[in-house]
Amino acid sequence: MTLDLAQFHETFFEESFEALGSMEAALLKLSAGEADGELINTIFRVAHSIKGGSATFGFTDVAAFTHTLETLLDQLRSGQRQVQSSIVDILLRSVDVLREMLSATQRKQPADPAMAAGLHAELQAIVKSPTGSPAPVVAKLATVAPPAVAPPGSSPAEAIRGWRIRLVPGARMMEHGNDPLRMMRELATLGTLVTRADAGKVPTLAELDPEVCLLSWDMELRSEVELVAVEQIFEWAVGECTLSIEPLSPVDSPAVPVPAAAVAPALAPQEVAAPKPKAKAPAAAEAARAPSGEGGSIRVSIEKIDELLNSVGELVITQSVCSQLAATLEGRQANDLRNALVQFERHMRALQESVMRVRMLPIASIFNRFPRMIRDLGQRLGKKLELKMSGDQTELDKTVLEKIGDPLVHLVRNAVDHGIEMPDKRRAAGKDEQGTISLHAYHKGGNVIVEVSDDGAGLNRERILTKARERGLVGADEELSDDKILNLIFAPGFSTADVVSDVSGRGVGMDVVRRNINEIGGHVQLYSTPGKGSMVRIRLPLTLAILDGQLARVGKEIYIVPIVSIVETIQIRRDQVSSLAGKAELLRLRDEYIPIVRLYELFGTQADHTDLVNGLLMIVEADGKRVGLFVDELMSQQQVVIKSLETNFRQVTALAGATMLGDGHVALILDIPGVIVRYLDQPQAARADLSREAA
Amino acid sequence: MSREPAASQQYLTFKLAGEEYGLGIRLVQEIRGWSAVTAIPHSPDWMLGVMDLRGVPVPIMDLRRRFELEPAQFGPSTVVIVIRVPSGDQERTVGLVVDAVSEVYDINAADCRSLPDIGSAASSEVVQGLAQADGKTLILLDAARLTANAVH
Repeated sequence: MTLDLAQFHETFFEESFEALGSMEAALLKLSAGEADGELINTIFRVAHSIKGGSATFGFTDVAAFTHTLETLLDQLRSGQRQVQSSIVDILLRSVDVLREMLSATQRKQPADPAMAAGLHAELQAIVKSPTGSPAPVVAKLATVAPPAVAPPGSSPAEAIRGWRIRLVPGARMMEHGNDPLRMMRELATLGTLVTRADAGKVPTLAELDPEVCLLSWDMELRSEVELVAVEQIFEWAVGECTLSIEPLSPVDSPAVPVPAAAVAPALAPQEVAAPKPKAKAPAAAEAARAPSGEGGSIRVSIEKIDELLNSVGELVITQSVCSQLAATLEGRQANDLRNALVQFERHMRALQESVMRVRMLPIASIFNRFPRMIRDLGQRLGKKLELKMSGDQTELDKTVLEKIGDPLVHLVRNAVDHGIEMPDKRRAAGKDEQGTISLHAYHKGGNVIVEVSDDGAGLNRERILTKARERGLVGADEELSDDKILNLIFAPGFSTADVVSDVSGRGVGMDVVRRNINEIGGHVQLYSTPGKGSMVRIRLPLTLAILDGQLARVGKEIYIVPIVSIVETIQIRRDQVSSLAGKAELLRLRDEYIPIVRLYELFGTQADHTDLVNGLLMIVEADGKRVGLFVDELMSQQQVVIKSLETNFRQVTALAGATMLGDGHVALILDIPGVIVRYLDQPQAARADLSREAA
Repeated sequence: MSREPAASQQYLTFKLAGEEYGLGIRLVQEIRGWSAVTAIPHSPDWMLGVMDLRGVPVPIMDLRRRFELEPAQFGPSTVVIVIRVPSGDQERTVGLVVDAVSEVYDINAADCRSLPDIGSAASSEVVQGLAQADGKTLILLDAARLTANAVH
């Protein structure tokens, strides 16, 4: 448990609150009679995202609640159940309850379980009821008292070293979505957990009912946590299992021991339970359990940052006007003023850069959540998994980052669930038992590419087609190309998974993935080889991305070459250059021939040097192709902010954008794949002339 | 945006080789001095390049070359009119190099005359119409077409 997931909690909460807002809006439209499928899809996606997120972060109660909610929504979506105002009502109340639960979890306080439990039971009742009418249910769990909070002043956590827990699941516990494994995983996050399973009641395979949990567990949790934290984990299972929680060693705390099966009744006086937002939590324990929390960062709206950015921009202009004025002044004090203004300018630049960097974050903030997820998924699905990641320091604009979090989670889940085969299948196919999920991020051609790939079974085109025909997405005798078949999985509600699992398979995902990526101007491509695996490549724009650039001068122009594409820079010896049929110049470098691209010729500008031996050759690589860019000299390396030329002008082949240099000049950023394309498109004659000139 | 029958619109006028041109004043963002631009490869000769305008690259168009007039020398007195033109659901910022900024006139829509057919002069397709003010003829430009042609 080395990875601290807490750093992502804040994002999850913010995203969830936002999502709940849109769910509410959609529900309100639904209640006004606009019962269209897209609205229900929107609502469903919100529930699905929150469920996924809360399960990942171990917010078991939220996950359990949204699971039921999702099941109901699925029934609505598939048309099994009609949308009625009573259902909309209960869904709206679910939004409220979810908000309560999430904000309580955010404050690291227990939510009011009575309210959630009551509604949860109502939802479950509707889900089970054969027709659309919500059965009036007296919530079975509604009587559960709020979990106790240790009385202020006392500090039981110090005295208690851990808990001995005995869990005997009831026959119907699994049916109600209470997964013992999830509880144990949750427990394991609180401290060191030792579990012992009793399989004594498991019958022979022929008699086994997979829906019934016949195992029971004895667990020892070595941890400083309070009783309430342990109880919370089993909150939903109360009444469906026999549970006892006892301290590992007898202590003199007033909150223990707890009699077996007596978890539900109140453990502590009501007055201190059900904390309100401002209620004074037991300070010591609270502080111990909430390391850093919100202290490290604040959330600021992007608009405010943009305002700041613009103000700083104006300030830079004013400063340069001052400098220009000062340059014309004469006299004793003019020099002092100029010196002061130089300082001013330096500070100004630093300020501008910091403000710009506020918007940029490394993709690691998203990648970091995957190791844990892969581990959990692997355990849950019984698959052996390895995660490979690279490029997690690739920086992306924050708005872009926020939008790709969910899609990436979906893609990774899909890859694990549908892509990677079970170990025995892999062995039979002659593969390593351990499946590999890879996440790669890198800059390419003015974009950031994120690839999610697996070495699993690949997509089954036959099955996709069959499913699509069943769902009426494709006509019975319509023939489709391979590409089109693969693209079917981006259709809303499409899923080929036979089992709807906690992980994936409800057909939500790929449509959301594509939608979210398209919204930020990105592009999704799917590649799949049967038996070898699949890869989803996401191309993201980097309107505001920062790039490590090498400044190179050609005549008066300064170009910026992305450092990531530079292989090496060399001085050319005449005997290394050969021309090919008078049409191209090649440089022999060790054992390969590299085409020489004279940048001044490609861009139609003037260079200081036209003789190859006088300048420098930057060997760059893109798409596996190498060329040498002939430049006059290399200058500094610096991080540059990429500005789109497209906004005010248009896209220019071979250019990824422009950036502002310190002296107020605009420098063009080369798009290396584009440069190569442009070079290859050049009329052969032009290149022939070139090599003759050089000779 | 009042559209009264006698609605008048304000135009900023500027000089170009002795002729006076007008642009709807609402499009004008600012007027600034000339500073060096970075040439964009493979763009028309009247597209001088891009200039750093508060951290944003803004394309700068030489209107003399655009209208196939005698090119002028650029110096400290050269003026760039920065305009913002709606383009699709966004706005495009473009700078126009002119000889000098002249006046602001109120011009009634009713006093606007359309351009007679004069063949295929480079400027004719971006002219919105002609108007009279202070006894002079003003050539009113259609900024949307001017910039749309410039960038595509």
